Amino acid sequence: MTSVQMRGITKRFPGVVANDSVDLDLYEGEVHGLLGENGAGKTTLMNILFGLYQPDEGQILLNERPVSIHSPADAINLGIGMIHQHFKLVAPFTVAENIILGLRGSLFIDMKKVQREIAKVAEQYGLEVDLDARVQELSVGEQQRVEILSSLYRGAQVLILDEPTAVLTPQEADNLGVILREMARQGKTIVFISHKLEEVMKVTDRVTVLRGGRVVFSSLTRETTKQELAREMIGRELSGLRSEQAAVVLALAGAEDASLAAEKIANGAQAVIEVTDLHVNDDRNLPAVRGVDLTVHRGEILGIAGVDGNGQHELVEAIVRLRPVQSGQIRLNGKDATRWDVRDTIAHNVAYISDDRQKDGLILNFDLSRNAVIKLFEREPFSRRGLLNFDAIDEFTKNLIEQFDVRTPGPHVAAAKLSGGNQQKLILARELSQSPSVIIANKPTRGLDIGAAAYVHERLLAERERGAAILLLSADLDEILLLSDRILVMCNGQSMGVLERQHADVQTLGLMMAGTPLASIEKQGAIS
Amino acid sequence: MTTTTKPIPKPERAKPRIDWRKLGGRVFQAVLSVVLAMLIGALLLLVSGTNPLTAYRSLFYGAFGTVDRFAETLVKATPLLIIAVSVSICFRAQVWNIGAEGQLILGAITSTWVALTFSSLPAPLLLVLSLIAGAIGGAVWGGIAGILKAKMQANEVITTSMLNYIAVYLLGFLVRGPLMDPNGFNFPQSALIKESLELPRLIPGTRLNLAFVLALLLVAGAMVFWRSTIGFRTEIVGASRRVAKQIGLSVGGTFVLVTALSGALVGMAGWGEIFGLHFRLIEEIARGLGNLGIVVALLGELHPLGMLVSSLLFGALVVGGNAMERNAGVPFALVDVIQGAIILLILARTYFFKKASAS
Repeated sequence: MTSVQMRGITKRFPGVVANDSVDLDLYEGEVHGLLGENGAGKTTLMNILFGLYQPDEGQILLNERPVSIHSPADAINLGIGMIHQHFKLVAPFTVAENIILGLRGSLFIDMKKVQREIAKVAEQYGLEVDLDARVQELSVGEQQRVEILSSLYRGAQVLILDEPTAVLTPQEADNLGVILREMARQGKTIVFISHKLEEVMKVTDRVTVLRGGRVVFSSLTRETTKQELAREMIGRELSGLRSEQAAVVLALAGAEDASLAAEKIANGAQAVIEVTDLHVNDDRNLPAVRGVDLTVHRGEILGIAGVDGNGQHELVEAIVRLRPVQSGQIRLNGKDATRWDVRDTIAHNVAYISDDRQKDGLILNFDLSRNAVIKLFEREPFSRRGLLNFDAIDEFTKNLIEQFDVRTPGPHVAAAKLSGGNQQKLILARELSQSPSVIIANKPTRGLDIGAAAYVHERLLAERERGAAILLLSADLDEILLLSDRILVMCNGQSMGVLERQHADVQTLGLMMAGTPLASIEKQGAIS
Repeated sequence: MTTTTKPIPKPERAKPRIDWRKLGGRVFQAVLSVVLAMLIGALLLLVSGTNPLTAYRSLFYGAFGTVDRFAETLVKATPLLIIAVSVSICFRAQVWNIGAEGQLILGAITSTWVALTFSSLPAPLLLVLSLIAGAIGGAVWGGIAGILKAKMQANEVITTSMLNYIAVYLLGFLVRGPLMDPNGFNFPQSALIKESLELPRLIPGTRLNLAFVLALLLVAGAMVFWRSTIGFRTEIVGASRRVAKQIGLSVGGTFVLVTALSGALVGMAGWGEIFGLHFRLIEEIARGLGNLGIVVALLGELHPLGMLVSSLLFGALVVGGNAMERNAGVPFALVDVIQGAIILLILARTYFFKKASAS
């Protein structure tokens, strides 16, 4: 029996359609996986169901009855609960206090009675947690159980979990899976948002894939495969527009064919970025990169593909020394860079284009000129004897604005006033101004429109022609296929192998992204 | 290493880069705050049956009417200006150092101690040594908060205000114990410093002394500081800790740097109070100057010249307020009311103008 039907849900944000006539049916007693890359619209859709956003179009039916959900309070009253990635718990309060927080009742609370009721719910679903413990003493996994318990205690029939395993250790994630299965068995409806294929296959009954705000695939979990899901998530093939654009970009940059680049490597092009058996931990101090080797040569772009959260981000951050290396070696331009700090990478002319230009790349309320020299201000001619040389800085900024076609009224406008594309151009201008030999581009076109993205592509190809070694991380497989000479696929912190671009097809990449090493694909003769 | 392909610009003189519209807006806001505060004061005066014009005339005359009065205004403005310049360094780094009171006390203690202990040294040398000692005393007191913030993420608002208490009681102990004047009839104060150490008067017959020149030098120094690489680093850390980390700036190191530097300058203000005005360590050496200096800094928009103006305003309020009390019979408490109103309006201004510019 369906418990929730979402019909034709459309939600637009300025400049982007987050959900485009999405239909979704949720049944009683199922765990429903909602799969998609970052920005595919999963969280937006569920925020609509939970009353955090109002849809621009479409309708929600609960038990076949149309409902309008204007706020989370409405959602909770209708029996819909949501557990966000960031928990909403009061750290110094006990578990029981957190659970009854905000519930209306009499002036005095019969804590004993409440505790008995909570304990009963906890037992029913196997949610072990000490009700008298203070939340600050609990592990992340236990805190999550408190959130779930709190929702159930409020009578949730439908429970939405937004990437619940992102913060958990593997053991905790397994435990969560068991709890979710038990809740489904007792008739609850669970929505499990994730971009991890493995756990979606393990935990869910049905799965729906969103891409670009649309439902592109829906199936019973047991009737599909990881490979199929990976393919659906990343898109089947290059769109016509993209292929045309590829030709234009390549022509503009005067780039040679990739096979020639490969030849160049074979002829002994110099290795510029060399990573050996690298191990790096993530923010929770759990292993994220587990023994990766890679080499990028002069005049080459190595693309790193993979489903988000498989260690690519940590790998890139380790190479630019924003993240400590656990073991292994990084060599840049033949020098051991494993123990460098960030300033060393800047001194050695390593360009880094970070994936969050507004938070990491720019200071939005600084003007363009100050942003332009933010890495260089200690060098001549931008400063002399410790004093900034504003004439040199302005001159430099004007040059960058001109060369990189940054659309701005002038160099003394706050970076916040620029559009996203122009902000990224400014970052590119700054990073490429010193003719770097190493360029690390972390999702360089994230959130840009097609024109701005094409510009970034053109610039990166031009840098390759100049002889830079470029490491390109992207969630956009089209972009990887468009720019890379070779493609390294990561899954679960490990390299699944490196493909020459001309041998790369979406089928093989999909398999590798889902965790099949290239070697075993070749053995099976998947590549003809 | 690397070379820029850009032509190195001609060494012409740096043009002042001032956004007049923005500056005009800020000055307008500051002036508006002061005018509104004066209007609130006028309302109080009316209610209590005094003619506000008479009162304000005597306030203005008291502060600026004669050379002597104006000199006294500058005397009162001197420590406020030094403190404002100092704390503005921390504030621009988004480090909320409210420990100027304690740093001033420490600077006063260490500089007086050096002057009394090494009194046999030649006066000019001893004067310089005591200034350095005052700066070190303030720098240590400020730097403690910076280190605690860098190493343990201790909130500087808490640590600096706690250090203020420690400094106050340390001073109380010293002037009743180790540093008490042996011939001072048990008054809680130290012995007088040598007469040759007293700072020269700029205008004979007034209390205006060399410390005011020091304050002006520090204003000029601050203008240079904000054009220096260290100043830029400070602003980057203040604007975004995340970007600072991305480009490899030591955020913790900057915390220690700005708190110690600002403490050193405040310590110099302590030196100026002792060697320019009191000539001995007294218990009320700080008397709330630290907190008032913070208000001066905020009203001056953390800009060296803005703070110069706002320190004059606060100096004038104090000196003129005394005159107003004598001549117009208006209690000095009215000055406190106006000062309080200015503080409230500064806070309100930040709120309202942000809203206005957002919409």
